[in-house]
Amino acid sequence: LAHGGGGKLSAELIEHVFAPAFANEHVTLLGDSTTLSLPGQRIAVSTDSFVVQPLFFPGGSIGHLAVNGTVNDLAMSGSKPLYLTAGFIIEEGLPVEKLIRIANDMGAAAKQVGVSIIAGDTKVVERECGDGCYINTSGIGVLPTNLHIASNQAKPGDVVIISGTVGDHGVAIMSVREGLSFESQIESDCASLAGLVQVMIDTSPNIHVLRDPTRGGVAMSLNEIAADSGCGIELDDASIPIKEAVRSACEFLGLDPLLVANEGKLIAIVSAVDADRLLETMKLHPLGQDAAIIGRVVEDAHHLVVARTAVGTKRIVSIPIGEQLPRIC
Amino acid sequence: MGLAMRMQRWRIRVTGVVQGVGYRPFVWRLAHSSRLSGWVRNDSMGVLIEAQGSRTELAEFCGRLRSEAPSLSLVRDILHETIDSVPKEHAFRINTGQKEADPHAFVSPDVSICSDCLAEINDPADRRYQYPFTNCTACGPRYTIITKLPYDRASTTMSDFEMCTSCRREYDNPADRRFHAQPNACPECGPSTWFIKSGENQEIRGRDAMQAVKESVARGGIVAIKGVGGFHLACDARNSEAVAKLRERKHRFEKPLAVMVADIATCESIAVLSDADRVLLESRQRPIVVLHRQEGAESLCELVAPGSDFVGVVLAYSPLHSLLLRPGDVWVMTSGNLSDEPIAYDNDDAIERLRKIADAFLLHDRRIETVCDDSVLRVLDGEVLPIRRSRGYAPLPIKLPTDGPPVLAVGGEIKATACVTKGHHCFLSQHIGDMGNQETLSAMENAVDHLLRLYNIKPDSVVADQHPNYLSSAWAEQFSRKHAVPMLRVQHHHAHVASLLAEHSIVPEEKIIGVCFDGTGFGTDEAIWGGEWLIANASDFERYAHLAYLPLPGGDACIRHPSRSALAALYQAGIEWSDSLASVFVTAAKERTVLDQQLQRNFRCVPSSSMGRLFDAVASLCGVRHVVSYEGQAAMECEAIAARKLDESQFKPYDITVIDGDIQQIDTTHLIHQIVSELLRKRSAADILVRFHLTVAEMIARISLNARAKHRIDRVGLTGGVFQNVLLTRLARQRLMHEGFEVLTHTIVPPNDGGLALGQAWIAQRRTVL
Ligand SMILES: [Fe+3]
Ligand SMILES: [Mg+2]
Ligand SMILES: [Zn+2]
Ligand SMILES: [Zn+2]
Repeated sequence: LAHGGGGKLSAELIEHVFAPAFANEHVTLLGDSTTLSLPGQRIAVSTDSFVVQPLFFPGGSIGHLAVNGTVNDLAMSGSKPLYLTAGFIIEEGLPVEKLIRIANDMGAAAKQVGVSIIAGDTKVVERECGDGCYINTSGIGVLPTNLHIASNQAKPGDVVIISGTVGDHGVAIMSVREGLSFESQIESDCASLAGLVQVMIDTSPNIHVLRDPTRGGVAMSLNEIAADSGCGIELDDASIPIKEAVRSACEFLGLDPLLVANEGKLIAIVSAVDADRLLETMKLHPLGQDAAIIGRVVEDAHHLVVARTAVGTKRIVSIPIGEQLPRIC
Repeated sequence: MGLAMRMQRWRIRVTGVVQGVGYRPFVWRLAHSSRLSGWVRNDSMGVLIEAQGSRTELAEFCGRLRSEAPSLSLVRDILHETIDSVPKEHAFRINTGQKEADPHAFVSPDVSICSDCLAEINDPADRRYQYPFTNCTACGPRYTIITKLPYDRASTTMSDFEMCTSCRREYDNPADRRFHAQPNACPECGPSTWFIKSGENQEIRGRDAMQAVKESVARGGIVAIKGVGGFHLACDARNSEAVAKLRERKHRFEKPLAVMVADIATCESIAVLSDADRVLLESRQRPIVVLHRQEGAESLCELVAPGSDFVGVVLAYSPLHSLLLRPGDVWVMTSGNLSDEPIAYDNDDAIERLRKIADAFLLHDRRIETVCDDSVLRVLDGEVLPIRRSRGYAPLPIKLPTDGPPVLAVGGEIKATACVTKGHHCFLSQHIGDMGNQETLSAMENAVDHLLRLYNIKPDSVVADQHPNYLSSAWAEQFSRKHAVPMLRVQHHHAHVASLLAEHSIVPEEKIIGVCFDGTGFGTDEAIWGGEWLIANASDFERYAHLAYLPLPGGDACIRHPSRSALAALYQAGIEWSDSLASVFVTAAKERTVLDQQLQRNFRCVPSSSMGRLFDAVASLCGVRHVVSYEGQAAMECEAIAARKLDESQFKPYDITVIDGDIQQIDTTHLIHQIVSELLRKRSAADILVRFHLTVAEMIARISLNARAKHRIDRVGLTGGVFQNVLLTRLARQRLMHEGFEVLTHTIVPPNDGGLALGQAWIAQRRTVL
């Protein structure tokens, strides 16, 4: 791909790469903007930028991430995602085949979750000025009026549910990026959670918080929820689902799996009365088969997240500033 | 009539540990024998006396106030002024009841049972026969029961109990051993014990309770026993089934367990004692003393301290323990906690937390206000080397060489202690535990709160380690926000050196060569330090030299697996990972692959100059230990193996290569090469470990000599957790003294992170002053 092609190149990319990949009733118009009519009164909006190395990894690509990331952010408010826009910053020299693969991955991911990519933009930057390709996506979803899902809604007594195994994405990326050959290939869990969220909302009106624990992992999300809601969270280490390969990889690398990124998992905080029913519903969904209750919300003036260890102590799950460094003197 | 004979009245101020130690009755007796009139009372500053007599009598009286002071007291200053005399005063009285705020008096630590009280509880005719809460002004609990100052009964948890008439008579009589003994009690009126089985409600009370404990232990049971500063878990040390059960339930598989015995004779049946060991064991602080095990001792099963040459022993120190253990008994007495948490000290909390470990409980109703573990010490060339400073020592102040503003220091991440200063006094808290769990965090909060309240201190600043992720630092940040005081950060190894400077009262400008060896500490270059030579005084430091950096693949993973440090060291030295090396042999092929990739890509490889990790690497290379289950395990085992073998004349250190530069570095790859070639020549691990110890001592001397040439400093301080190693400390000290250095080692606070808060506090004080 060459830099400096101006409007012509951009138009060509749209015509030959993006339009076929994203094909839907709106994007064929190729105008400067798109007009939509939205059902419902409450709208959810989200934007996110995606930078990942490598662009393609076991279990997905930056294309999947770009769609699912924003779709998931929308879904975490309980909304139904409808439309996305996509902006590309492409490094000069990126083979067009790669861009096509990325576009196709985006198209497929969008189709799977039922959202339309309705506007886009591309810029090509000089060599060495980008890691192949950066993508920004923004999204719009509609929200049922009766829902109040937010990170400040957790209440003491609530139950914490995770939709599946933790740490898969971060370890998968690390292993390909750093050329680490772990026992078995670890795949990213990259997926859209919108469908799962829909069945969850249909099952329980008492979901207080939904969160996709991406960067910073489960630890980061829970610490934010605890701080926002002014409560503490107590986990049970033994109940947190972790793939054996991920666990041993983290052990080698000296990482806490709770701090490793996920791209297709959600944390739900729900009234205790609904917890079991919700868990059962989640387990019936393909993305929730390994769902588990991992803890509960408690009162705590310090807003700590702690995990009950095998020994019975309550380990503080904190967020490191920068890298995880050894602390044992 | 000469001037000296004329009647004078002096107001005499005595400061120091003078409350709750029988000081006023002592003054009363002294005044009586000197025929002085006047009065004595406790107040917020300590003890205040007004005495009337001739000038010579008063001068002599003042001299004896110090020279004959009761054994538990610690007199700091005696000042007097002359005031108007009071006509027609004939008696000398003890005034009680004054209460003032803003206390300057020191709180006494807890004191082990005295011989008089011990005799009483063993005398069937005495009214305190077999009474487990017997005490007097010469002994008993103090720090653990005090809620506020000034120290009187109402300010202790003994306020729950009303004295009977007999106890009250003792308490009010200045001639009695129990005059104003605040925890004074008897079976009539004082606290009592009861025994329950886990999960059952039926209580066995009083003497039967004590009997039930003995029977339970004899039958192989584990009993949670509430003592002075918290709960212990006890079982019969000769019963390997019981010890195995305790280890299993406590998830403590290898770390040595301390044992308690009734007397020195029993102690000698399980350990080899030096005179200094004996003195320390019998001291009124009664710490756990780490001793060399007696080989083949029957009353100590192997599981108590598996694979270790050492055993920690404590003599029964409270009347309760004295009643439980008979001569010949050896009981495991390990702290009543889960793993790294602080020990339990409240009845309900203990039942909740320990019910899955203990088969039964011995409880009592004397509340523990402040939790306090047993202290742990070693003896080094006849001197004391603290490993854990707690019961018996805390909260005695450490006197700084200069005055300064009040500061609060929060220590490090493991072996946490907190420290507050007031003027030139540093109050270092009891051992709190390893941060990183919720219980320890709240224990830290309680300890800080208690010290600040007790001494009425409002810190001007709070000081923490530079490590970005220490939980203690996060807590300090909260404190700083909440109380709107500035927060300071101090480099880890500078704090270690400063703790040594503080306990030796080195004036603040004075620089020493601080040799600081430990596990890990955050460096100013964001690497992990731990093999450092610092030119330091109380306010500043300069890094003079360090061990060359070794990449630690996986950080904490390396710390748990010395074999990983060994493989990293081999990699760095360019030595092939051959199966003939133990460290390689034990590492699975898959792990080797990933390790190699990590090292090649330098991915999650923290650069570290840690001496602790070098010990780990050598321990693994020598086949001593590849995985540790507690901190310092590999190094301790290396010390034991080398100590067994050592005959210095027979061995020489390895060659040492120093890389010159702005900051000197010790090239550890050269050392690894020499060790590996010896291993390949089938030299025994013991020989190699002796030479390794000699080499480290030689490194210390070599770099210190270089530093002396440049900086003209003759004083070397040895600090950091690595210097819990008695063999290394001794060898290093000998070498340094041979070169004409003055050598400072720790005798008051531990060289490990338990002493960190003291150093932080002093640095903060100096920085705030400047
Ligand atoms: Fe340290
Ligand atoms: Mg996002
Ligand atoms: Zn006594
Ligand atoms: Zn009584």
